[in-house]
Amino acid sequence: MTDMNANDPLLQEVSGPSPSQILIRRVVTHQGLMFGLAVVLLLALVALFAPLLAPHDPYAQNLLARMKPPVFLGGTWEYPLGTDHLGRDYLSRLIYGARVSLMIGAIAALISGFIGTALGVSAGYFGGKVDAAVTFLINVRLALPVVLVALAVVAVMGGSLQIVIMVLGLLLWDRFAVVMRSSTLQIRRREYVAAAQAIGASTPRVILSEIMPNIVNNLIVVVTLEMAHAILLEAALSFLGVGVQPPTPSWGLMVSEGKKMMLFDAWLVLIPGAVLFVLVLAINLMGDGLRDVTAPENRS
Amino acid sequence: MTEPLLTVRNLKLDIPVASGTLHAVRGIDFELNRGETLCIVGESGSGKSLTSLALMGLLGKRILRKADQMTFDGTELTTMSAKELRKLRGGRMSMIFQEPMTSLNPAYTIGDQLMEALLLHQPVGRAAARARAIELLEKVGITAAESRLGQYPHQLSGGLRQRVMIAMALMCGPELIIADEPTTALDVTIQAQILRLLVDLTREMNMAMILITHDLGVVARVADKVAVMYAGELVETGPAADIFATPCHPYTRGLLRCIPLPGKTERGSELGTIPGIVPSLVGEVEGCVFRTRCDYAEAACREAIPHRTNGAHRFRCIHPDGMRHAEEVPA
Amino acid sequence: MFLILWSTPVLNFILKRLMLAAIVALTVSFISFSLMFLSGDPAAALAGETASGEDIEAIRALYGFDRPMLVQYWEWLGSALSGDFGQSYYFKLPVASLIADRLGVTMTLGVCGISFALLTAVPLGVAAAIRPNSFIDRLSLFLSVAGQAMPSFWFGLILIVVFSIKLGLLPPSGANSWRHFIMPTIVLGYYAMPAIMRLTRAGMLDVLSSDYIRTARAKGASETRVLFKHGLRNAIIPVVSLAAVQMGFMLGGSIVVESIFALHGAGFLAWESIGRNDLPTVQALILIFAMFYIVFTFLADVLNAWLDPRMRSS
Repeated sequence: MTDMNANDPLLQEVSGPSPSQILIRRVVTHQGLMFGLAVVLLLALVALFAPLLAPHDPYAQNLLARMKPPVFLGGTWEYPLGTDHLGRDYLSRLIYGARVSLMIGAIAALISGFIGTALGVSAGYFGGKVDAAVTFLINVRLALPVVLVALAVVAVMGGSLQIVIMVLGLLLWDRFAVVMRSSTLQIRRREYVAAAQAIGASTPRVILSEIMPNIVNNLIVVVTLEMAHAILLEAALSFLGVGVQPPTPSWGLMVSEGKKMMLFDAWLVLIPGAVLFVLVLAINLMGDGLRDVTAPENRS
Repeated sequence: MTEPLLTVRNLKLDIPVASGTLHAVRGIDFELNRGETLCIVGESGSGKSLTSLALMGLLGKRILRKADQMTFDGTELTTMSAKELRKLRGGRMSMIFQEPMTSLNPAYTIGDQLMEALLLHQPVGRAAARARAIELLEKVGITAAESRLGQYPHQLSGGLRQRVMIAMALMCGPELIIADEPTTALDVTIQAQILRLLVDLTREMNMAMILITHDLGVVARVADKVAVMYAGELVETGPAADIFATPCHPYTRGLLRCIPLPGKTERGSELGTIPGIVPSLVGEVEGCVFRTRCDYAEAACREAIPHRTNGAHRFRCIHPDGMRHAEEVPA
Repeated sequence: MFLILWSTPVLNFILKRLMLAAIVALTVSFISFSLMFLSGDPAAALAGETASGEDIEAIRALYGFDRPMLVQYWEWLGSALSGDFGQSYYFKLPVASLIADRLGVTMTLGVCGISFALLTAVPLGVAAAIRPNSFIDRLSLFLSVAGQAMPSFWFGLILIVVFSIKLGLLPPSGANSWRHFIMPTIVLGYYAMPAIMRLTRAGMLDVLSSDYIRTARAKGASETRVLFKHGLRNAIIPVVSLAAVQMGFMLGGSIVVESIFALHGAGFLAWESIGRNDLPTVQALILIFAMFYIVFTFLADVLNAWLDPRMRSS
């Protein structure tokens, strides 16, 4: 019988690609993920090399060259995207604005990620009273109106980059806590966690070497989504006049400043808003894409 | 002889998958007369459930159905409009599923769901539908039927839910009932009760039944006809008595060796197993599908396999008697 | 129906939930009160940067900032419970009546916004789930991805540029007629739409692949009946909760929309009051917006218990 089956077409299995090959193929063929990754990378490079890329000093005012239109509206290449009401080069301010947005987004997401992960993992791992306490904290946090609280704190403590970052970091941990809690709950029930506990591994060790590696995918997804959230909120706060203070180039602030001249020069509002939209869109697409390619149900 | 209630000729079900086409069911034929019970047996993945869903027109959109003939009481099912088919479904033919726990809608009461089955097909009022629901709940052995009508599925046990599913299938007095492993998900003690109930009711109401199962013990007790499926093919079919007395296909005999039969299996002797795994059905399949697990496989098994007929008893094998003589226990 | 609702398990559930809501509300009230002490000295913050030491001392004594913070909180909470949020520093009027005057606009905007979100998101989500990968699925995916990335202040300004400045169809600011609410509704509603749409689509996809949908088809139910009576009825349950949560978020987030369209609602008041260091008004507004969220999520849970028979009796 074995000889008979040796080269039977019924039993011929095509040897499949390895798991890492599958993952790479999934990443490369995921249009949203690739688009998001490319845009975020590009803007990160722009932010990093802002001093080299910006044609002008973003703070330099030139009262003789105020409100120059961008090239596509009849302007000159001297100021490719025109100048604002103080004669500052719009393109240079946009380029430096990428620094502000990305820095605020990344640091706020790190802070809130740290808080939320610590809370969520302990809630999921220890359960019982710890879980009840964390769930309560999440409820309290969700009840607080983010924009209003951030506005109030920034108003009381003064608007600076550091304070905006701290406020956002301290406010946006809820989704981390919720996702990390449920992911930890799932992993905690697995046999290998029980096995690690059985051989006498300490609690921190079990959490770090058994739990964390298995929930890090979800963590990365939330980090990207919350980074986008933080960037949007910073822009909204700056737009309302209580975020990053002038003359720092922030995209939200640029929209706010352009608003006064919107009637005749809508581009002052359209350009920074569009860049903000594209960056947030790209980060979200990256996050959604990462979720798609690493979701356990997609794993073979 | 009168025309069969159900006739199926050359039914094929194809599922497009990433690596090609999965030929899940590959050209099967059978027929069923009024009041008869046909048992379809086979391992998981042999295409039994898909066949039953194909009859009801409940296949997923991805699955392609082809058949030379598929008639119910003389009407062709394959060319029927969606509306006509809906009239038939739940009316003249109904189905009982494997999973009683999830087959009832959690948002509606038992009564609503039972009555819906009747109201969709017959021009009766809610009071009449309610009376019919109570009558059938009593018939399937549910006590305090009237008070059950107001309950939600989550308030009932699995066994009770399956009884409700049976009652629901019977609401319109169907001529054909298809039961797809109706007892698999239930406790062993409940299994026998539900099966008994189903068989009694089909006899009492003179319904034809297609019972899909992998439990040959059940088949031996209830079947008029048996169809053995393996890897999408009907390898052997015929009257139950013939199949059990003279099982011709090596696979059928393998299956029969797997069950203990009272009086036939010796105490302490080992039950049989069929070694090997079911082959992949992606791509064209030439020759006999069972050859990779068959004790009597030969090079010729990779070529076309003849259909062998002995009255209503049919099977597919290159060996004229399916090598039955090799296993005959000398009397 | 209501007899079922008041059965013992449901009553227990509601009581428990009410207790939780009360404790959350208490904690939130403490946080919103203590926010004003973040700078260390509310009197200095209130007096402004140019004030002299004596001015600050005078303000400190006038508003009682010299007493322990917990004492001040206790007093504030006591009067807040009786509807007294103190005097606005700026308007020299009771904060409660000030806010009451402005809430109507914010509530109108909130109700319009969530209705707009539900009326677009649910049909799109259902259509997308019925035909995955179809044009309508891609369109709704595009709308939701764009909506999640859209800065609402920018979206609002674009609408003003297009519909008020270029086309002259809609008024850019104010709250005098229903036409004033069209653009704010769209902006606020679009903020809540993506999450509702995604949940509707996912829920509907999940429900449509369930066994009881197959049962409904096997009964001979028409496709419309299968989709809506058997499918949507189950898929909509989590959407109700989400809509309530979103409603809470939207009221808190209406501050941006109100400031763009100069809708003089509670959000606008909050924005003005922050600029004027009007602490009692800001404290009261944070508490009130938080209470809205707490009340809406509580109502959502009760509504869920009523919609989902499994919750009703388990």
